Amino acid sequence: MRSATGTPTGIGIDEAHYMPPSRTPWEETWRLLRKNRLALAGLMTFLVFFAVAVAGILLTSGGQPILDPAQVRLQEKLLPPLALPNKAVLLPEELPPLGRYLLGTDDLGRDVFARMLQGAWVSLTVGFVAVGIAVVIGIVLGGIAGYYGQRVVQVGHLLGWSSALAAAGFLITGQSTAAIVAAATAAACWALYRLQERAAPQRLPLFLRWLNQEIMQVDTLIMRAVDVMLCFPSFFLILTVVALLPASLYNIMVVIGLTSWMGTTRFVRAEFLSLREQDFVAAARALGISDMRIIFRHIMPNAMAPVLVSATLGIASAMLTEAGLSFLGFGVPPPHATWGNILSDGKQFIFDAPWLTFAPGIVILIVVLAFNLFGEGLRDIMNPKLRERN
Amino acid sequence: MLAFLGRSLIQKIITLFFVSVVSFLIIHLAPGEPSQIDPLNPKFTPEMVERMRQEFHLDRPMHVQYALFYRDLFSGRIVSWRDNLPVLGKIWERFLNSLPLFIVGTLLTWTFSFPVGIRSAIRRDGLFDKSTTFLAYVLISIPGFFFAYILIILVVTQFHVPVIGMYSFGIDTAPPLVRFMDRIWHLVLPSVLGATGGIAVLSRYVRSQMLEIIGQDYVRTARAKGLPNDTVYYRHALRNALLPFVTMFGLILPGLIGGSVIIESIFSWPGMGRMAYEAILARDYPVILTLNFITAVLVLAGTLISDLLYMVVDPRIRL
Repeated sequence: MRSATGTPTGIGIDEAHYMPPSRTPWEETWRLLRKNRLALAGLMTFLVFFAVAVAGILLTSGGQPILDPAQVRLQEKLLPPLALPNKAVLLPEELPPLGRYLLGTDDLGRDVFARMLQGAWVSLTVGFVAVGIAVVIGIVLGGIAGYYGQRVVQVGHLLGWSSALAAAGFLITGQSTAAIVAAATAAACWALYRLQERAAPQRLPLFLRWLNQEIMQVDTLIMRAVDVMLCFPSFFLILTVVALLPASLYNIMVVIGLTSWMGTTRFVRAEFLSLREQDFVAAARALGISDMRIIFRHIMPNAMAPVLVSATLGIASAMLTEAGLSFLGFGVPPPHATWGNILSDGKQFIFDAPWLTFAPGIVILIVVLAFNLFGEGLRDIMNPKLRERN
Repeated sequence: MLAFLGRSLIQKIITLFFVSVVSFLIIHLAPGEPSQIDPLNPKFTPEMVERMRQEFHLDRPMHVQYALFYRDLFSGRIVSWRDNLPVLGKIWERFLNSLPLFIVGTLLTWTFSFPVGIRSAIRRDGLFDKSTTFLAYVLISIPGFFFAYILIILVVTQFHVPVIGMYSFGIDTAPPLVRFMDRIWHLVLPSVLGATGGIAVLSRYVRSQMLEIIGQDYVRTARAKGLPNDTVYYRHALRNALLPFVTMFGLILPGLIGGSVIIESIFSWPGMGRMAYEAILARDYPVILTLNFITAVLVLAGTLISDLLYMVVDPRIRL
């Protein structure tokens, strides 16, 4: 296959005309990015959003925040954007520090601008942490499926790993006896494996030979697990789990992360499958470099492009999911403002105070749009076909 | 062909089994029980809770509960914990309500995205292409609930028609034409909202597919023969570009259920999405699990149908 389609140019290269690449990959990426104006605009918007979110968490948190998102001023409710506070009815410490309500006030007279600043940090962390979890799971599972996929899972492996996982699960949910039992099973499996490595196979008792029974390939196991996860309607699943768990920001991030790793797994597996057959990996293996070093230093950097793209797009969809959950009332619990619940609270005043709907809605739209544009631009930029042409 | 069918059927049944196990575990391992949903209610005496737990088999071990649940599901005897009505009947009723939304939404998606995608592929990098590309990204990025409120404001203030619910209250006595128009007005907004995301994604996909085909050698040959542009694009290129979309007929099946929790909640549309939302709120496990199971069946059936369709339309593929 490779000899048929592979290197028509490689044969005729004249050594004297061969030029080393004059630009590093980063310079090349940056050059292409500057040509793609939509993607550049997306990146700039993201940087601004990042700065605003960091400024927001600094300005609105602490005991005496500069902009207090929880300050209730019942006399000043539902004021339009840029309204001036009525100095006669407010105590001096209740006055908005900027002298105006930049985005108006809500039905309790809270400053919408301060609440939006507070919500920016929530959106940012949900996007990044959820996608971070998904990407880590995806890289680990996809890497195992791609690199060690041909190995065979034995009954003992399955038993040991699943009981270890169950132990971790029981520990988190606080069922200590079940956790101890599961952990003991996992430890027993591990000990039996160590034991039988030393003994001769003929003299093993029957149940130990049964532990060595081969089931299926690692690759099959992982990809079937992906298929199972893909059968769940994702928003419905997230909604169910979030509704059953106590409401908190961490639960939402973890649940979104745990339900969105399938795409990354598939990409990473595909990249690993093609990269592990390449000559540079064979060379590295011939040099006696350890598997871990081959995976992390030789294969992983080459497999990162599709992961980065899908992570960027994933951040956009995680933010939309969080906003949707907040909108349905399953988001971060009330005193804390998020863009979704500002919009959700404002929907009953949609004709009297449209800014309560439009301020968060437009901001969500802009930020998600920025991530989508940047991600799609990145996909074009990382595409080697495009790179050659320019 | 038959071997492929048999192999994938077995594979799908195994997948379905694991889906049922995982969804059952997720629901039952989560903290809290339906019997504790309202602990402050004075009517909820400990005896009452105990009776509920027995009635719903919540006092049995987990694998027994699993077996009992799926026995009831397959024999159609499963009842909702909330009102003791048969779950399948409830779902069927809601399904009939969701069906018009789904049909209109799907029709809108498929009729709009093809012309838009084809045109922007033919006029690549033109004004039309650039603006539809940007618009598609906006539609993908806009939160559905925000877009819904924009449209509600627009329609209610401009046309003065009611849009919430399936029909206006007390419309039953009106003449048929008025009733019909009322239904149509109530149907328009939710189905447009359901279709926007689909239109944006599908038109981008049509565009990239078309672009790929236009770059092929046989299209260049057709043009070199001196054929008019329309013939080249619509007879030579489009037919081949359509291939992957035939398979998508299978993949829209899960949309029948998974659809639109948020949109149906906003419009108080008594469909399946809203039913799922209510079931989650009430911790009505049988309804949640049944909906989940049906969705999984539809997803698997959809992929099977799309594989089969692909084999039928593309002679190059023989599995």
